[in-house]
Amino acid sequence: MASTTLRITSARLRSPFVAQVEKISGQKLLACYQCGKCSAGCPMAAHMDILPNQIIRMAQLGMHEQLLACEAIWTCVSCMTCNTRCPKDIRIAEVIESLRGAVLRTGQRDDHLRIQEIDADVRTNLPPIAMISALRKLAS
Amino acid sequence: MKLIYYPGCTVKNHARNFDVSTVSSMERLDVEVEELSRWNCCGTVHCLASDNLINRVAPVTNLIRVKEAQASEFMTSCAMCYNTLKRANIDVKKRADALETLNEFMYLEETKYAGDVEVLHLLEYLRDRVTFEKLAARVKKPLAGLKVACYYGCLLVRPKEVAFDDVENPTIMEDLIRALGATPVPFPLKTDCCGAYHTVGKPEIIAERTDKIMGSAHEEQADLVIVSCPLCAYNLDFRQEDARRLNPDFHHLPVLYFTQLMALAFGCDESALRFDLHHIDPKPALAGLGLA
Repeated sequence: MASTTLRITSARLRSPFVAQVEKISGQKLLACYQCGKCSAGCPMAAHMDILPNQIIRMAQLGMHEQLLACEAIWTCVSCMTCNTRCPKDIRIAEVIESLRGAVLRTGQRDDHLRIQEIDADVRTNLPPIAMISALRKLAS
Repeated sequence: MKLIYYPGCTVKNHARNFDVSTVSSMERLDVEVEELSRWNCCGTVHCLASDNLINRVAPVTNLIRVKEAQASEFMTSCAMCYNTLKRANIDVKKRADALETLNEFMYLEETKYAGDVEVLHLLEYLRDRVTFEKLAARVKKPLAGLKVACYYGCLLVRPKEVAFDDVENPTIMEDLIRALGATPVPFPLKTDCCGAYHTVGKPEIIAERTDKIMGSAHEEQADLVIVSCPLCAYNLDFRQEDARRLNPDFHHLPVLYFTQLMALAFGCDESALRFDLHHIDPKPALAGLGLA
């Protein structure tokens, strides 16, 4: 991952990116006071390059290049553990979904799962529930 | 009055054992189930973006089909279908403008959806309508001595709005298997996520999850694990070889649908169990207790 050093400016805090994430996720990012409970209970945390509480902090600060390039937004499977435990009732999973959307909705439509790259045998053996959910979450 | 039953795609494919055991068990409980006419895929996941309405079309179409069957409620046994259908229903009931847009978009449908259908999971139907007392009275072959780890995963208890039991420590499946004569074991990882659809592109994540979850069940001396989700079932059962490669001390355990234990206890025959569809054969664990 690229350096996370950042010069905080009011322009970043009030950037269109922050406004877009707040609108699509329906969440108030500044409500988060960084208690870390989301990351403590996250079953995917061990596989993430940035933890859920860090994702929220970086979103607050408008660090959109780093957020859209990280792997963690694709690792989250929306299991909702963070949402049910957040003391501020922030829906972290919704914030992460809006970040995935920010990648999948751009002109490049940079899919994170390419069906043609999956082995035909593997595809046949996987239940429909796996294929459909993966494509809905990871592809445009 | 017949109970409308929504099976879902995987229940009619890889998880036919879930389908036949559900239908057979309900028959033993005198509940007449009728498969929903013209049902379609529920969409599998609830889209979390507030501006995405197109992903509500699949679940809401099913709610329309329920209305067309002259019913105001229906039951599904698949945890993923339940979660997706229930959340879509809650969402469109809360947002009248979104529902209006959806109805306008689906202008070819003869029936309009008005938020007037209720989504039920089989477990809550059994607890609240059938009751576990009646269930216990129908047991022909008590599952005495069988130690069971009840795995809920994410979809039966999260988010809070869809949960029909405690979010952090649900016990509905434990209560059900007690009624069947089996013994639930403590299971600290019962609501931990199995990794879900990462099974498609990142099976190494599922291997780690399966090792932890099934390892916990084994530590608690469970004979088997029961589930309500065909994706959890696939990950926890079919990915056990990957878990073994990750951890040479991994111990194989069978994974069953809770309905298969019901069918077994009600004395249904083997065609209602379909143990041939499992990766880890449940028979040895059951045979040791004289149950198979």
